[in-house]
Order: sequence, then structure tokens, then C-alpha cells
Amino acid sequence: MNAIGKQLIWLAIAIFGAFSLATVALSQGETINALWMVTAAVSIYLIAYRFYGLYIAHNVMQLDEKRLTPAVRLNDGLDYVPTHKNVLFGHHFAAIAGAGPLVGPVLAAQMGYLPGLLWLLVGVVMAGAVQDFMVLFISVRRNGRSLGEMVKEEMGVVPGLIAMFGTFMIITILLAVLALIVVKALAESPWGTFTVAATIPIAFFMGIYSRYLRPGHIAEISLIGLVLLMFAIIYGGQVAVDPTLAPMFTFDGKQLTWMLLAYGVVASVLPVWLLLAPRDYLSTFLKIGTIFGLALGILWVAPDLKMPAMTKFIDGTGPVWSGSLFPFLFITIACGAVSGFHSLISSGTTPKLLENEMHAPMIGYGGMLMESFVAVMALVAASIIDPGVYFAMNSPAALIGTSPESAAAAISQWGFMITPEMLQETARNVGENTIISRTGGAPTLAVGMAQIFASALGGQAMMAFWYHFAILFEALFILTAVDAGTRVGRFMLQDLIGAFVPALKNTKSITGNLLASVLCVSAWGYFLYQGVADPLGGINTLWPLFGISNQMLAAIALTLCTVVLFKMKRQAYAWVTLIPTIWLLICTLTAGMEKIFHSNPKIGFLANAQKFQTALSQDQLLAPAKSMAQMHQIVFNNYLNASLAAIFMLVLLAVLFYGIKECMRALRSQHPTTHESGVGDLQSV
Amino acid sequence: MRPAHAPSMFEKLKVINSYFVQTANLMVGLPSYQNYLDHMAKTHADKPVMDYETFFRERQAARYGEGATRMSRCC
Repeated sequence: MNAIGKQLIWLAIAIFGAFSLATVALSQGETINALWMVTAAVSIYLIAYRFYGLYIAHNVMQLDEKRLTPAVRLNDGLDYVPTHKNVLFGHHFAAIAGAGPLVGPVLAAQMGYLPGLLWLLVGVVMAGAVQDFMVLFISVRRNGRSLGEMVKEEMGVVPGLIAMFGTFMIITILLAVLALIVVKALAESPWGTFTVAATIPIAFFMGIYSRYLRPGHIAEISLIGLVLLMFAIIYGGQVAVDPTLAPMFTFDGKQLTWMLLAYGVVASVLPVWLLLAPRDYLSTFLKIGTIFGLALGILWVAPDLKMPAMTKFIDGTGPVWSGSLFPFLFITIACGAVSGFHSLISSGTTPKLLENEMHAPMIGYGGMLMESFVAVMALVAASIIDPGVYFAMNSPAALIGTSPESAAAAISQWGFMITPEMLQETARNVGENTIISRTGGAPTLAVGMAQIFASALGGQAMMAFWYHFAILFEALFILTAVDAGTRVGRFMLQDLIGAFVPALKNTKSITGNLLASVLCVSAWGYFLYQGVADPLGGINTLWPLFGISNQMLAAIALTLCTVVLFKMKRQAYAWVTLIPTIWLLICTLTAGMEKIFHSNPKIGFLANAQKFQTALSQDQLLAPAKSMAQMHQIVFNNYLNASLAAIFMLVLLAVLFYGIKECMRALRSQHPTTHESGVGDLQSV
Repeated sequence: MRPAHAPSMFEKLKVINSYFVQTANLMVGLPSYQNYLDHMAKTHADKPVMDYETFFRERQAARYGEGATRMSRCC
């Protein structure tokens, strides 16, 4: 096709995208179809990839088709394997997509769909995709080194250690918040609990099968596992209505917390082939399949958006989480817009599999665009359910009470009309006793997904099945992440403490492993328990901490990328990474300061500690505390959370300091000072 | 590598299917065994080659096993 024709196509996409976005953004009360959100997003992704992603590839990175990638140079058939770019795209996407992009947008929907959508689109184009792509690029140029190693190499030992410590902290908070989502979704739900519990024996069976009966037949055993899972969901419906079985699988949040903690310790010392690996197969394939299914479902059903474009809660008084649009929206939606965690993945296995540098834009930039699309779909799912139902599910009991009547009254007063009957009917439709205060995002997403899937397949009668399918799908990969994350945390801890107590470093010693596991589980378990006991729902405390830590890691990764650009003597292009770095710094530091010092106890940790401290000094009990000891505990927890936020900010400022120092040093040098490895010529092979 | 004659529908489907299987396997950390065999034959012809079962276990341990301080998945 000639050049003018190509330009015309891009012009058409631009106009169509602008029109879609205008339709979504400028609605004045009329109902908008969710497809407009999808088309706006896809048009923007296409344009961003073609004009910004490739600009970065050609001008900023100056990718070299002839330069040998580590996969080719160090090919060992195991870790370093040149991989077809579509295959690698699938691998990379499966590694980055998880619960984060699904939950954040659901929580952000309390401000309406528009703020979340705009941040998802601008954030991914300018920050998230840039980060993933840049980190992939610099890691590929360094034999696939990890983020921590690269920070150490390019910026120094001290910032390297600080970044490593920051990574351990973010994993701890991440595991706590993920576990909290599962607890919130399964509390008082025998159907959900039974189904998720059933995945353990199913995984055992799959593990034994793929180790001893038919070793390595992944497709076969995954299919068998999937069929068993479907039976577990169907049978779960029987369990939920069975008068003797139902109570055996009905637990409150605290009981589930203890069970999860025990599970975390045991699972992380079991052999990987028995539980972790087979469940990883199930959760990975189910995740990818469901994401595909959701995309098809949205296209097929073309549902209307019921949530307003913007709600009055942009002022920060929302029930789901507290804090105003700036900075908290940008903290709440991390994954999908920009996720620091991806810098660990982009410097993990992916750079060792990249066949040619020219594939990097599609994998790095394109992969993140795809994740952003998953987040947009989650936002759609949360916005097509009735806003009254949305707020009933996501508001803590402290605000709306525990009965359908109190919830309906409170929410109607906020301006979202809903009747107790509607709440009860929704609960009945999805096969649950109640949907009130099912915070955490996962149940809301499950209701939205169940509506889409049921409209496409099976109708009303299948709602309950699809709801529990969606819960299972989320719980499954969250539990896999908890399991794998505890292991990673444990190894990190054994590495760290091993420097002082060499005996702990031995990963063959059961005592050492168990001890490190217990330590690691206690770390995230503490925050989990605190979140479960929190009257404001836990998400209000933990999700912002998670968001701050995740954005902090992104800012660290982008600082590293900026340093590398300076060292390559390409500082003229450093704005590409500087803009998102500065934006993340502003958001993270403002949010951190507000979480610590804000005078509203719902936002500021210190204000909340003060509130309970004052009550203590007057011998008063404040809910949820039932004793003076619990009052002291709450005061302590708030100080702990405040310290944690402060540590995140300090880590960030320290890395920033070293980053600026390195940039200045690079500026003074006459020639490039990077530590790139292995230049070679493809044609010589 | 491409056959001289135009590939039939069936051959095209076979190729698509092989990419599909490769993608699914790599998603859970299992690289192509054929690629490993090819690599060993080409560059380390003198060294012993793992059979599929050993290869599978080795990769499984590498993805999840002891000392792996890298997260293989995101949140």
C-alpha cells in the first residue's frame, strides 16, 4: 500500500478513537454503550503503539536488528531460548496479567468510569508501557539481568540494596492485599469456599499424574483438571444448600485468615510439583481463557454502562476508599496504567527469550497495552452493574450496616436508588446469602462478569454458576501468587538473613525453610489480619499502601531507565522516562504524605491513631475495638502503617538521590558509560 | 525450512497448532523440548541429553524451585 493510503488509515483510526472517547466523556446523563469504551481504548492503543512505541524503539533505544540478543548468544535450550515473537508475547502477557488490573479499576469505579478510563489510557501510553518496554530493553542489553542487579550495576551497591529491600516490602504488602481479596470473597460463602478448597486435592491429583503417571503431559492433565474444577463449581452449589455440608464450609473472615496463613506456610515447603506447579497450569490457562471470554462477551453482549461517568465521590468522600481524585485515583489504579511489578517481569525470563531486538516493542510496549485493555474490561464489568448494587457490595459495614434495609437506605441517600428487594434478588441470583459489604473488588467483578457471561450463555439460570466461576478464577491465580510469592519472599529472606546466620541460607534444611516461611507468612499475615479486622474494610488501608509501593517500584525502575539513557549519552531523549518518573514521584509522595499526615482519620494513619489514643485516654471504647487491648492494637497498627508509608517514601527519595547523582556524573563524561554486554553480529552466526 | 511446494491447509493448521502448544507450554515455564534437542545436537553433540521427563522436571524446578528469587508472575 502506498504511503498516503497508510496515513489515511491512521487518520481514520484517530478520528474514530477521538469520536469514541468524546462519546464516553461528554455524555450528559444518557446511557452509553460499553463498546464505546472498548473502541476508544483500542484506537488509542493502536495509535500509541504505532507513533509512540515505535518512536521510542527507533529514536530513543535505537534498536538494532543485527545485534545478537542474549537468547541467541547464550542459547542453552533451557533459560536462554530464542522464541517466536507471538509465542513470547503470550508468555509475557501471561506473566504480567493478574489480579491487579482486575481489582484496581473496580475499586476506582466509585468515582465513575471516566476518571479511571482516562488514567488507564494516558497512564499506559506515557508511563506503564514505556516502563515495561525500557526495562526489557536495558535487560536484553545486559544478558537478561534482573532489576536489582541492574540498579546495583548502573547506580551503585547502596541503591541496589535499597531497591532489593523495597522489592521485599512490596511483595509483603502485595501478598497481604491479594490474600485479603480472597478472604473477602470467600467469607460466609460456602459455595465459594468449597470450590476453592477443592482446587487443593485436584492439584494434588494433577501433580501426581504429571509426575508419575504421564510425566510432562501438561495439556492432557490441565484439561482433566479443568473438568474436575467445573464439577467442583457445580457440586459447590449443592454444598451451599445442604444443611449439614454448608456449615462445614462457612467461615468468617478471621477463620479464613488463619486457614490461609497455615496454607501459606505448608504450601511453600511442599514440593513444587505437588501443588504449586499443577495449580499454576490451571490458573494460567483459566486466566487467559477467561480474559478472552470476557472480551468476546463484552463484544457480543454490548452492555450499557449504568455507572455515571463521574460520581460525587471525586471529592474524596467515597465509601469504597477514602481520598480525593488526586492523588488517590492514580494510586488505586496501578496495574493497567503503570505497575512497578512489571519491571521485575520485564527483567525476568522474557529478556532471555527475545529472539531479536526488533521484537521488543511488541512484547514490552504491546504487552502492557494488552494488560491495560484487561483493566478497561474490568472497569466495564464494574460499570455495567447497577450503581446501587456496586456500592452495596463495596461499602464497609460501618457505613451501610449489615441488613439489606440499612444498606439500601444508606445508598439511596447517597443518590443511588436501590431497594432492599433488589439487593436480595441479586444475592439470590448469584447463589449467595448476601452481597452486602463484599469488599475487595473480586465479588463485584464476578457479578459483572456473571452478567456478561449469563447474557451470552445460559441466561439467568446460569448466573450463580458464572459468579462462582469468576470467583474461582480470581481466587485460583491469587492463591498461586500467594504460594509463589511466599517462596520468593522466603528465598529473599534466607538470602538476607543468611548473611548473618549462615545456617539459614541452606535451602535444603527443613528447619531453615520452615522458619523462613513462617517469618515471611507472618509478615504478610500481620497486615492481612489487620485488614480483615478493620471496620472500614481493610481495602481502605491496604490497597493504597499496595498502590504506593507498586508505583514506588515503577518510579525506581524508571529512574534506572533515565540513568541508563544519560549514560548512553542520549539525555536528549530522557524526557521519555523523565515525564512518567516525575508524575509518579508527585503521586506517590503526595499520597504517602496524605496517608501519614492527613487530618481526616479515614485517610491519615496518624490522625486515626490520634483518634483512638484520645478515646483511650478518656477510657472510651471505639468500634470495632471490644477491649482496651484492641484499642492499643489499633493505635499501634496505625503507627506501623504510617511508618511503612514513610519507608516507601524514603526508599524512593534515596533511589532518586542516587539517580540524580549518576545522571550528573554521566553528563560530565565525554563518552557513554553504560555496562552493556555482548555486541555481536547476527549475520556471523 | 519452508517446503518448496505451497503448504496445504493441513500443514498450515499444523504450524498454527504447534505455535499454540508452544505458547501454552511457555506460559507455564516449559520451553520447547525440540528446540533443546536441536540446540544440544548442534552445539554439544558430545554431551548427554536429558530425556523429556528429566527435561520437564528440570524446568519445573527452575521455575518454582529452591533459590528462585525472581517472581515469575505479576500481581
